[in-house]
Amino acid sequence: MTDRAVAVVRAGALTTVQDLGRTGYAHLGVPRSGALDPGAARLVNRLVGNPEGAAVLETTVDGCAVRPRCAVTVAVGGAPCPVAVDGRPVAWGTAVRVGAGALFEVGTAVRGLRAYVGFGGGIAVDPVLGSRSTDLLSGLGPAPLADGAVLPLGVESGVRGPVDAPPWPGPPDELVLRVRLGPRDGWFTREALHTLATRAYRVSPAGNRIGLRTEGPALERALPGELPSEGMVLGAVQVPPDGRPVVFLADHPTTGGYPVVAVVREADLAAAAQAVPGTPVRFVPLR
Amino acid sequence: MKARRVFRVGERALLVELGSGTETEAFHAELLRRRAGGALPAVREIVPAARTVLLDGVDAPNLLAGQLREWTIPPLHARVERAVEVPVRYDGPDLAEVAALWGVSVETAVRIHAATEFRVAFCGFAPGFGYLTGLGEQYQVPRRATPRTAVPAGSVALAGPYTGVYPRSSPGGWQLIGSTDVVLWDAAREPAALLTPGARVRFVVESVERR
Repeated sequence: MTDRAVAVVRAGALTTVQDLGRTGYAHLGVPRSGALDPGAARLVNRLVGNPEGAAVLETTVDGCAVRPRCAVTVAVGGAPCPVAVDGRPVAWGTAVRVGAGALFEVGTAVRGLRAYVGFGGGIAVDPVLGSRSTDLLSGLGPAPLADGAVLPLGVESGVRGPVDAPPWPGPPDELVLRVRLGPRDGWFTREALHTLATRAYRVSPAGNRIGLRTEGPALERALPGELPSEGMVLGAVQVPPDGRPVVFLADHPTTGGYPVVAVVREADLAAAAQAVPGTPVRFVPLR
Repeated sequence: MKARRVFRVGERALLVELGSGTETEAFHAELLRRRAGGALPAVREIVPAARTVLLDGVDAPNLLAGQLREWTIPPLHARVERAVEVPVRYDGPDLAEVAALWGVSVETAVRIHAATEFRVAFCGFAPGFGYLTGLGEQYQVPRRATPRTAVPAGSVALAGPYTGVYPRSSPGGWQLIGSTDVVLWDAAREPAALLTPGARVRFVVESVERR
């Protein structure tokens, strides 16, 4: 094996390889996948001189630690967290040169959930259907990181983009999700739609890369019975029989049978990916 | 005939609802035909389902929605390419129960299934899983009351109006009537899915085995 690689020392709670996802295969049942906070993934790539679609690591809550086998430029973004090289703190949100054999540690998120680790040259696992993303729903792409795994790196460009003051929107104290009602808002009572628009929900700890689950008042259906399975989009607010809205994230199934009451604007989903359990959620319908 | 309805879905998608499964398949075929002919604006995903077709990644959804409502859809005509053949060992644990639900012998049930020309109405559930239509209404069977926690890859199964083949081991509530060794999904193959929407499918009897 080439020495352009990183060895995983501590995989963390859930660390996956992500790029901007695989599109064009939903009709075959393939989720889009990709970084849940794509702005953060793009930015760490710019910081290390990669094209924005290069594969990065996406950590969950407690970071990860890796040991590059070669000198490499690394940047961490997304959820703010401590970063260290061989035990010495280094800057978060900026490019750092890490020597061959050094221990590069991403600590537990101080705020938010998911940190992104970009390496010069990107993670160079073989793409599947045009993407290197791990898809947890259908098991496509590389397996989630495990201690001892070795990931290949691509060749560094040596050219870093001009990024002086990266705009990092902090993880939200309150998650405001702007939605467009439909396509199945007609399956719910008027009271339910009023509830969705006015009452407070909270981020449930049961969420994952497939969906952000919420806790709060149940939405009552106006129509009984089952909806035939239909295509689902990113950001769809699906309402299962318990009445608690689930916001579909990157690994969502491509078809589903529960009615979608509304769809969250794509621009608001990065904040959803960073909202810790217990964060208040407001759904704001747009005209 | 129920009127075609077109719903906005978020900022960049449309959901077209048709009156029946057959109309849905015809509408989907027309979408693909127009896309191939360059007569459809750029759409990232076209996802057919039971009674709907989703168009995702559309630049001007309101404009396209108006056009989709006006389209005249020619009836679905038989595709010219050969049917995909799937050799099956009819050895599923629910085969006898399915035959009983149909009110026929196991041998007759196998004959009915293998004599049917299926069509992939849509995909979903897992990469490579196709929902195949073609069995008559009298052959619809309910899902199992308790889903199995693990259905082996290659299981041939029935539920409602559909037949399907599990591409990989997964939980599942469909009635299992047989098994096959064909590879339903191979990401290194082009196309990765053996069964793609619109494809014709025939099941070929390899053996019949009562359990």
